[in-house]
Amino acid sequence: MRDLIYKSASELNELLKSQEITSKQILDELYEHIEDVDLKIGAYLRLSKDEAYKTAEEVDNARTKGETLPELAGVPIALKDIVVTKGIETTNASHILEGWIPQYDATIVEKIKNAKMPIIGKTNMDEFAMGSTTETSYYKTTHNPWDLNKIPGGSSGGSASAVSAFEAPLAIGTDTGGSIRQPAAVTGIVGIKPTYGTVSRYGLIAMASSLDQAGPMTRSVMDSALLQSVIQGHDNRESTSLPDFNPDIVSATKDGQKMDLTGKKIGVIKELHGEGFDKGILDNFDKSVSLLKDMGAQIEEISMPSLKYSLGAYYIIMPCEASSNLAKFDGMRFGLRVEPKDIPITNESMMMETRKEGFGWETKRRILLGTYALSAGFYDAYYMSAQKVRTLLIDEFNKAFGKVDALICPTSPTPAFDLDSKFDNPVTMYKQDIATIPANLAGLPAGSIPNGLTNGLPSSIQVIANQKEDEKVYYYLAALEKAIKFDNSQNPYYQTTKGEI
Amino acid sequence: MSQFSDEEIKHLGDLSRIRLSDNEIHKMKDELELILESINSISEVSKLDIKPTSHPLPLTNVFREDEPENSLTQNEALSSAPKAIDGKFMSPKILGEE
Repeated sequence: MRDLIYKSASELNELLKSQEITSKQILDELYEHIEDVDLKIGAYLRLSKDEAYKTAEEVDNARTKGETLPELAGVPIALKDIVVTKGIETTNASHILEGWIPQYDATIVEKIKNAKMPIIGKTNMDEFAMGSTTETSYYKTTHNPWDLNKIPGGSSGGSASAVSAFEAPLAIGTDTGGSIRQPAAVTGIVGIKPTYGTVSRYGLIAMASSLDQAGPMTRSVMDSALLQSVIQGHDNRESTSLPDFNPDIVSATKDGQKMDLTGKKIGVIKELHGEGFDKGILDNFDKSVSLLKDMGAQIEEISMPSLKYSLGAYYIIMPCEASSNLAKFDGMRFGLRVEPKDIPITNESMMMETRKEGFGWETKRRILLGTYALSAGFYDAYYMSAQKVRTLLIDEFNKAFGKVDALICPTSPTPAFDLDSKFDNPVTMYKQDIATIPANLAGLPAGSIPNGLTNGLPSSIQVIANQKEDEKVYYYLAALEKAIKFDNSQNPYYQTTKGEI
Repeated sequence: MSQFSDEEIKHLGDLSRIRLSDNEIHKMKDELELILESINSISEVSKLDIKPTSHPLPLTNVFREDEPENSLTQNEALSSAPKAIDGKFMSPKILGEE
């Protein structure tokens, strides 16, 4: 019988504190469940049972001795394989890092270890975080728990599916253009991207350094608040880490749960509510807007014309920064090394062969695109223009936040679509990120919660607030969560008593 | 209307240190063209007199005190090396045969 796997992290936290359960018990149930379901879902790349049980033992012993432990101590967590974990293989879902055993921990891993949270395993993702479906992973396909023929979203599809299918109470994802929020949206869970600089990027394999941010993926807003509280905070090893920013998102969540939004002004983004958005998604979004009004909020339409450039700006900036960041994978100091067989072996020819063999197609495509956009003669038209778009967007967001407290829109323009959908134009796939990209470009905090079903698949709503206003994101998401009362019992993996599927 | 030639794609491959087969060059050429078509409108902005943003929450002069801290040991640093000899990373020669 498995009860514990269906509980939220907050509930597990309370049960552990009162010593009604042990951390080992949670792990036992989780690993049994993972063994039953993960062959079909494919959320995990590898499990770290030894490490996890060791942490659980430490926590359980400390508890029986009456020691005070940090919040979430003993609550297991899954980590996207982009997060560097000492002694545990880390691949970024790429062939080029197959077998890489890191010699250090990411800062967020140090924090998670200090909080004594057992690490269940590493989850699947798009290779180098490049994708919106987790299909570019070198190792395996992840399936959406709501419909195994559908995408789990990406690039944090493994973390999303693990949480959605009860294979983890909490997970870490990373978000460069929507890679936490979009998989959360299509798998019916909560996913939040903090303000840029809130969570240290030290030990997160870099994709686009001015856009990347790690964040929580959970089944409730409070769980996300508790997890973000563990991982956020200044890190002096990371030069974009905000010096003094520790938002009290747990209190903000409790405030939001009171569901009193009298006098609050919320803006619906005009350009993200119409063409390109599925009807079922928009219908559910409009229902959520009514709920906000019921709670006393004033809704206004806000137009942001610069949004029309945001997809272009992102698909310039991200490949440019990634082309630079991925130069380190050269077969020299770590990872794969392949020597050519048909031409003389030199330093350079080895690098070229290694990267030919080691990188997948999407990765190569983005590196080449970035290299092109940064090259002499094109830098102004592409990279410089994209950076100007960032300025335009930040200005427009600032103006909007002068009128309203927070902005809302659907998170994903469509519900989950079929795995292996062959799009003729790569841009069709890129457009999945149309509603999530702007928050990364402007460094804003943004989060997604499920707000209903459309044709049996989850739809979601996104809340965006101004820089460093993470508390507002949690406040409004918490209020919406209470009002929406998302019915997770339709989730095929949801069982209240027996662990039978 | 072709924005790229095969040579240009091969050149991009060389700059990125990624060896591309002929088939890959053709495929890449078509796909990059499609992508750039969709995002070309962004060049409208290049003429506008706006200051570019490189980081959304810019910090300046982020330094720490100039005091030695722990680093990886030589063994740790070499532990993932594809080839190592005498405490050094071993690399194929830099200059090729002529």
